[in-house]
Amino acid sequence: MTVSLFIPCFVDLLYPKVGISIVQILERLGHKIDFAEELNCCGQPAFNSGYWDEARELAAPVVKRLKNAEAVVIASGSCGAMLKVFYPQLFAGTELETDAKKLSSKCFEFSDFLVTKLGVTDLGAKFPAKVTFHDGCHGLRELGIKRSPRALLEKVQGLQLVEMKEEICCGFGGTFAAKFPMISTAMGDVKCAQAAETGADYIISNDSSCLMHIQGLLEKQGKKLKTIHLAEVLTSR
Amino acid sequence: MSEREKILGRIRDALVVKAPFPGNHGHDSRGGSSVVPPSSRAGEWLPRVDDSPDGQLAAFATNCVDLKADFFLLNSADEVKAQLQKLAAADGWKKIATHSGVLTDSIVPSLNLTTLRADAGYDVHEMESCDAGITECDALIAQTGSVLVTNRSCGGRALSVLPPHHVVLARRDQLLRDLPAAFQLLKRKYAGNYPSMISFVTGPSRTGDIERILVLGAHGPKRLTIFVF
Amino acid sequence: MTAPVQQFKRQAEVLTHDLRHREIIQTALGKYAVVRDKNRGAFQDYQSARQAAAETKWEAINHLDKHLEQLVSKLEARGTKVHWASTGDQAREIIQKILREKKARSIIKSKAMTSEEIHLNHALEEEGFEVVESDLGEFIVQLKKETPYHIVFPAMHLTRGEIRDLFNKELAANATDNPEELTMVARRVMRQKYITADIGFTGANFAIAETGMISITENEGNARLTAALPKTMITLVGIEKVLPRLEDLALFLPMLATSGTGQPLTCYNTMYSGPRQPGEPDGPEEWHVVLLDNRRSELLADPEQRDALHCIRCGACLNVCPIFRNVGGHTYGTTYSGPIGSVITPHLRGLDEWKHLSYSSSLCGACTETCPVKIDLAHHLLQNRRNSVQKKSSPAWKLGFELMNFVFKRPGFYEFVAPLGRAAQKLHPMIAGKAFDPAFPWTKTRSAPKIAKQTFKEWWRERG
Ligand code: SF4
Repeated sequence: MTVSLFIPCFVDLLYPKVGISIVQILERLGHKIDFAEELNCCGQPAFNSGYWDEARELAAPVVKRLKNAEAVVIASGSCGAMLKVFYPQLFAGTELETDAKKLSSKCFEFSDFLVTKLGVTDLGAKFPAKVTFHDGCHGLRELGIKRSPRALLEKVQGLQLVEMKEEICCGFGGTFAAKFPMISTAMGDVKCAQAAETGADYIISNDSSCLMHIQGLLEKQGKKLKTIHLAEVLTSR
Repeated sequence: MSEREKILGRIRDALVVKAPFPGNHGHDSRGGSSVVPPSSRAGEWLPRVDDSPDGQLAAFATNCVDLKADFFLLNSADEVKAQLQKLAAADGWKKIATHSGVLTDSIVPSLNLTTLRADAGYDVHEMESCDAGITECDALIAQTGSVLVTNRSCGGRALSVLPPHHVVLARRDQLLRDLPAAFQLLKRKYAGNYPSMISFVTGPSRTGDIERILVLGAHGPKRLTIFVF
Repeated sequence: MTAPVQQFKRQAEVLTHDLRHREIIQTALGKYAVVRDKNRGAFQDYQSARQAAAETKWEAINHLDKHLEQLVSKLEARGTKVHWASTGDQAREIIQKILREKKARSIIKSKAMTSEEIHLNHALEEEGFEVVESDLGEFIVQLKKETPYHIVFPAMHLTRGEIRDLFNKELAANATDNPEELTMVARRVMRQKYITADIGFTGANFAIAETGMISITENEGNARLTAALPKTMITLVGIEKVLPRLEDLALFLPMLATSGTGQPLTCYNTMYSGPRQPGEPDGPEEWHVVLLDNRRSELLADPEQRDALHCIRCGACLNVCPIFRNVGGHTYGTTYSGPIGSVITPHLRGLDEWKHLSYSSSLCGACTETCPVKIDLAHHLLQNRRNSVQKKSSPAWKLGFELMNFVFKRPGFYEFVAPLGRAAQKLHPMIAGKAFDPAFPWTKTRSAPKIAKQTFKEWWRERG
C-alpha cells in the first residue's frame, strides 16, 4: 500500500528520528511512502487558540494534498486528532467539508495504523528496559487509542511495561504551556512523579509534543528518567 | 408581560434551532428522540440483581453491610419483637416515636416504652428526645439496600430522620428487585395522588465533608436497623 | 478591582506551587476515584446508561418550555406557590419578600449552588436575617467566610486540624481534630437551629415534569430536616433541572451518586410534590418554588453548547480535571468551577471577562470522558475560544499565526527555519530561563528542545 506521511514541524525539526523510524518500519513492512513534503503544520495551534480562519489557511492545503491518499499516517496523536476529528468541524459548512470528511476516514495515528489497519504487532524490536507509557490525551480520548501502542510494546524483547496509576494529562496542551506555564508545569510535575513511581527508566509515548514538555521538565530538574517516542523503541535492536 | 411569559418566550425563541443529538461529540448528527423513553431500559444497565427472592434478600443484606445498616432477617412477628426488645434494652431506650400501621401497631407496643405517635401530631422537641423512630416502609430495594419511605405510610417527614436511630419494620414481600421496580410501585400505588414526600433511604445518615472521611449520623440517624420477616 | 483573568493567574501562580494544597486535593480525589470506579464498574452497562442519561436530558432541555409548564401546573395543583425569576436580582427579591411577609428571622439552608450563584446569603444577611448553612461542608465554609471550594465537596481544601481550629474559635467547641467529634459539634449546633428556624431553604437536583416533583439528593439528612420542620419552605431551582418522567430517576439517582461522590446511591434521595397535604402529620404549611433563569435561556439559544444545560452538577468533571486539581476551586472566582464552570461562566457572566477560563485548559478531554450526561465539555472550550476571537481577536496572536502561516505555506521560507533555529540556539543558553528570554514562559521550568543536526526533511531529501 502507499502510505502518505504527514510530518508536523516539531517532528521535522526537533525529533526527526521519530519520522525516520516510521519510514523505516513501514518500508520494512513493504509499503511505499508518499511523503507530503510541502506540508509543515496541520493548523492546530491556531485552531486551539480560537483562530479558525488562520487554521483553515494551513489546513486547506493539507486536505487538498491528502484527500485522495490511500492511507495517511500521522506521527503524533495530537495532529492525528486534528486531521481526523477537528478538520470536519473546522470545515463544516465550507466547500471543503466533504473532502475533510473523506480525509478524516483515512487518517491513522502511527501505532494504531500498525495494529488495527495492518494487523502487525511484532516488529522484532529489542529494548531491554523498564518503561512506562504516557498516553497523549488527544490520541487517547479524541481517537480512542489505548490498546495499540501497548500491543506493540508487548512484543518488544526485553521491555518491561509498568503502567502509571492514572491516565492523566502531562500539561503540555500547545499554547496552553506558554499561556499558563505555572499550571502546565504543575501538571507536568504530577505526571513525572507518577512516572517515577513506577520505577521506570523511560517514559515512552506516541506523542512527541508531550515528550518535549516532559523531557524539558526532567532535564531542567536534573532527573534521570528519560523520554523516547514509541517509533524509536520499535526500531531499536 | 409576566416573568413567566418572558422566560417561556425566551425559551421558545431559543429552541427554534435544533441541537445535535447528544452523546456523539460532533461525530454524528443523528436526530430526533426515540419513541420509548431512554430510561425505560435502565434495569438492563444498572447493577445486576439476582432473579430469585433468596438472591435478592442476600443482595439486600450485603448492601446493608456496605452501608453500615443493621439488617435482621427473621421468621415471625414474635421474633421481631424479641430482637427489638433486645435492641431497646442494649441501647437503653426510654422513649420512642412511631406511627400507626399494621406492623408498627402489632410490634411496637410490646416494647412497653413511652411512645410518641408522629401521625397524631407531635411536638418537635419531644420527637427530638426520642431514642428511636420506628417506621414501616413502602418497599425495600435489593439492588441498592434502600428503604423506600413516604410521609403517608411512614409517619410523616421527620419521624424517619429526626431521632438518632431509625428502625424499619418490613415484610419479606416488600423487597423489590431494583430502582425501576421501585418507581413502578410508586406509580401503581400512588399515581395521581402522591404523598408529598417520597424518600429513598440508603443507609444511616453520613458525611465525608471532613477530609472525605466517613462519619455516620451527620444530621439524620446515626443508625439504621431493618427488620424483615 | 482586578480583572478576573489577572486574579486567576495570580492565584494559580500561588496554588500551583502550594504542595500542601496539591497533596490534600490529590488524597481526597484519590479516595473518590476508587469508589467511583468500583461503582461505575458495578453497572451492567455503564456506557449505555450514560447515553440514555444524555438522551433523556436532551429531551428535557429541547422541550424545556413544555416540561416547565407541566412541572408548574402539577406543583400548583397541590398548593405549591411557583415564582419565576429572570435574573438573580429578581430571585432574591422574591425570596426576601416571602421572608418579610412571614416575618421570618432565621433561615436554615440545605446545600444549593443556585443560591451561591445569586449570592443569596449575603443579601439576606445584609437585611438582618440569620442564615445557617446546614450541610456540613457548607457550614464550615460559611463559618470561614469563604465560598464553596467545590460544587459537591465544599470544604475539601481544609484539613481536620483547620476545621477543629475554626470550630474552637467560632463555636467555642473545645474539640479535637477527630472528624466524628467535629461532625457531632456541627450536628448539635444545627439541631437547635432546625427547631427554631422560620424558613427552610433548599436547592434541587431534579425537577420532574410529569409528576411535579422536586428531587433532592443528599447524604446527611439536612435537606430532609429542612423540608420537614420549618413552617415555610423555599426551593430555588434552575430551569434546566427538569427531567421528563418520574422513572427517569431510576437512572439519574445512581448516575448522580456514582459520579458525584462515587457512592452507588446517595443516602437520601427525596422527592417533594407539595407542602403538607391534608392528613399528613408534618411538613411546611407553605412551599414556594422559585424558578431561576439567570441567562440559562441564553445558553439554550446556542445549539452548539446547549448540552451544557444537561449538567446535573455532579462535579465529576472537576474531580478529573488536572487544571482544577492544581489551581483549586477558589482560583476560578466563579460559582461553578472546573470544566463545566469554564464552559458556562462565559455564557452566564460574559465572554470577554471569562474567556480566559476556556483558554486555561490543555484540552485533555478527561472531563468529556467522565461526564455522566456526555456533555461535550472539552470541545465547548474550543468553541468558546473561537467565539471570543470572532468577537475580538488579539492583534499580537493574530499576527503570530499569520506569520506562522506565511512561513509554513512557503517551503522556500520554511527551509530557513532549521538553520536559523540552530544559530539562535547557540546563543540561547546565555539567556535561557532568564526573565528576558523571549521563551521564558517555557524555559523558566523546562529546558528548550534542540533543533536536530539533520531535520527529517533534510534526511528525506538526502536519501533521494
Ligand atoms: S458537566 Fe458533566 S461531569 Fe461536570 S458537573 Fe456537569 S454533569 Fe457532572
